[in-house]
Amino acid sequence: MPSFRVNVIIENKPEISDPEGDTILHDLILKGNHASVKKVRSGKMLKFEIEAKNKKLAEKTILDLCNEFRIYNPLVSRVTVESFDT
Amino acid sequence: MKVGVVVFPGSNCDRDMQHVLSDVFKLKTEMLWHEEEIPKNFDAIILPGGFSYGDRLRAGVIAAHSPAISGIKKMAEKGMPILGVCNGFQILVEAGLLPGALLKNTSLSFMCKWTEIIVKNNKTPFTNKLKINQRIPIPIANGEGRYYADKETLRTLKKNKQIVFTYCQEINGSSLNIAGICNKEGNVVGMMPHPERAAEPVINPIDAKPASMIFQSLLKSLGVAQ
Repeated sequence: MPSFRVNVIIENKPEISDPEGDTILHDLILKGNHASVKKVRSGKMLKFEIEAKNKKLAEKTILDLCNEFRIYNPLVSRVTVESFDT
Repeated sequence: MKVGVVVFPGSNCDRDMQHVLSDVFKLKTEMLWHEEEIPKNFDAIILPGGFSYGDRLRAGVIAAHSPAISGIKKMAEKGMPILGVCNGFQILVEAGLLPGALLKNTSLSFMCKWTEIIVKNNKTPFTNKLKINQRIPIPIANGEGRYYADKETLRTLKKNKQIVFTYCQEINGSSLNIAGICNKEGNVVGMMPHPERAAEPVINPIDAKPASMIFQSLLKSLGVAQ
C-alpha cells in the first residue's frame, strides 16, 4: 500500500479576526518597512502520514477524520488538505 | 445529593471546586476520572478549569472526546445541572453541548485578573438565587476566553435567553461581552470566570456573596436549600 503525507492547514474564516496575524503584520513586517505586504493570516498545520490506495483516498480519509474529531472548529475555522508522495 | 467534579489530565481547579462544594457548601462531592463512565447516582456535574491535555490542538477539544463526556451528554439530555468553568466551558463547547467557540483573547495574552460580570439569566440551576443585572466580582484566568458566535447564533442566544453572564466592560473581544451561556433548556451552563475562586470572603477581596449565590443556586435547584 502506498504511503502519503497529508498536510492539514487550519485557519480562521476570513470574517473571524486574527490578532496573531495582525500583530505579525503591523508590529513586525510593516515596522520593518515592507509596505508591499498587505495581509498576514496565522494558522496551524498538521502533517499526517497515511497509507492509502491513492492520494484522493488519503485526502478523503484525513478530511473525514478532521470532521469526526473536530480537528478544526467548523464554526470559526476552515481547513485545507494537501497530499504529497512520501 | 451528590455532585461530581470531572478530572482530566491537566485540570488544575478541580481541588478548588471540590473544596468549595464540600467544605463551604456542604455538598457531597466526588472526583470523577475522565476515562471512566460516570455512575448514575450523581445529581449534578461540574467540569473544572485547567488545561486539559495542555490545551493541545485547541482548548477542550481532546477532553471533549472522553468517556466521561459521552455520559455527560446523556445526563444533559435528561436535564441534569451541568456547569463548565473556564476549561470546563471550553470542553462543553467542543463537545457540542453549548454553541459557539472560544478563541484566543484579542490581546493574545493569558489574562488573570478580577473583573465583574452581570447576570442576564436567573432561571438556570446556577443562577436562580441571583437577580437580573446583579453584578458579581469574580476573577478570570484564561488565554482562550474570547467567546465567539456568528450573528445567527447570537440572535438565537438572545431570543432563548441563553446569555447567562456578560462582562461589565469589553475585556477580551467576546461577542456581546459574553462571559457565560447556557443551552436552550438552561440546565447546561458554561462560564469563563471562576466562581470557585470568588465564593469565600477569605479569597475574595471585594464581595464573596454574589459568587457564592452561584453555588447557593445549585443547592436550591437540588432541593437542599431554599
